[in-house]
Amino acid sequence: MIRDLAFIDLLYLVAAMRWTVALTAIAFTGGTLVGLSIALLRVSPIGPLRWLGALYVHAVQGTPLLAWLFVFFFGLSIVGITVSPWIAAAAAYSIYAGAFLGEIWRGCLQSISRTQWEAGASLGLSFVEQLRYVIVPQAVRVAIPPTVGFLVQLIKNTSLAAVIGFVELTREGQLTTATTFRPFTVYLLVAALYFTLCFPLTTWSRRLEGRLHVAR
Amino acid sequence: MSGRHEPRWRGDWAGAVTYTFNFRDVFAAWEFLAEGLVLTLILSGVTIVAGFIIGTLCAAGRVYGPAWLRLAIATYVEAIRNTPLIVQLFLVFFGLPSAGLKFDAVTASLVALAINLGAYTSEIVRAGIEAIPRSQIEAGASMGLSGVQIFRYIVLFPALKVIYPALASQFVLLMLATSIVSQISAPDLFHAASIVQSRTFRDFEIYAVVAGAYLALALLFRLLLAAIYQLIFVRR
Repeated sequence: MIRDLAFIDLLYLVAAMRWTVALTAIAFTGGTLVGLSIALLRVSPIGPLRWLGALYVHAVQGTPLLAWLFVFFFGLSIVGITVSPWIAAAAAYSIYAGAFLGEIWRGCLQSISRTQWEAGASLGLSFVEQLRYVIVPQAVRVAIPPTVGFLVQLIKNTSLAAVIGFVELTREGQLTTATTFRPFTVYLLVAALYFTLCFPLTTWSRRLEGRLHVAR
Repeated sequence: MSGRHEPRWRGDWAGAVTYTFNFRDVFAAWEFLAEGLVLTLILSGVTIVAGFIIGTLCAAGRVYGPAWLRLAIATYVEAIRNTPLIVQLFLVFFGLPSAGLKFDAVTASLVALAINLGAYTSEIVRAGIEAIPRSQIEAGASMGLSGVQIFRYIVLFPALKVIYPALASQFVLLMLATSIVSQISAPDLFHAASIVQSRTFRDFEIYAVVAGAYLALALLFRLLLAAIYQLIFVRR
């Protein structure tokens, strides 16, 4: 049934933002776990582990996120698991975010100069201790701006979960369009709401980056 | 468009034993998938060229233009970079017709993708332009080069060389992102996959094959972009 676009629709859209935020939070948590493991694999002193990490990153960064969503949502059912959009989205986004965060954090770990590792080794620290006490504390500072920047990418990419029927901001926009038939206004509103989520983070990330350069 | 809410195979783990993989139906549709692949390649190619032109012009405008132009470009870049591509696509395809601009799915995809890539490219190119030391430009001016010549030979060319890796990554990401146009029924590779899936119900098989195809494409793009780098920046 077609009805007019009303103020209540805007409220529905704003309310749907919480699912965008929730999905981002889940994706970021899962992505952090996967990403940390990948970053550690990629700086490990054991060759095959490094290759494994590189293989994972290249495989995930070379395939569309949409394919991962579809594989988990439609594909897992063949092994008899009934998958809800929540589970499928959480799994797909963790894999996706893990590859990108892993690559970002590997870069940060490697940006710490080789001599710091050697200094740690000369004090008799093991590989894990060198990471824990020497490298990571320095790398975290470098890692924050690009991580916040990736968070913006993640928020935007949660919009793809709409295609497997996950009702977040974009899907709510589709539903609102279907009942009001005002696509231009509705999608403009949806875009504006994404902007209010992402722009402060973008600005923050840029400011952090500037501060980092000054500190050097 | 939104996909099904109910997975088809419900049941317990016993179902895992009875399911056998069958790629025959997927490979039987290879001609159909190849048509989709062609559109994916066309979309990527045209968008990369258009996005690069838009991005370079915007970067130049952002650095050298008058204040109003700088503000306009900054607004465009921030608006695009802080909203999802799929919403931009919906806005162009579903939204613009009510403003009197009607596109078919492929044109709408091209427009949305080019506008999107242009914004990202402009930020990358701008970083390159701003990294050129002022003394280089002064040296060019003292040699009597015109403004356009300085921009072309002293600013843009060395800037592109520095930012080329970032630009190449952005282009590969764009190629993967073209899969989103399947959501407005532009018949690209991913859309072809969805059709084959709904005809054969071979969900896992089709998406695994298509993911493999995208992976191969990404590799091919990287090789191609590396070859272009050699051609433009090394062998001269």
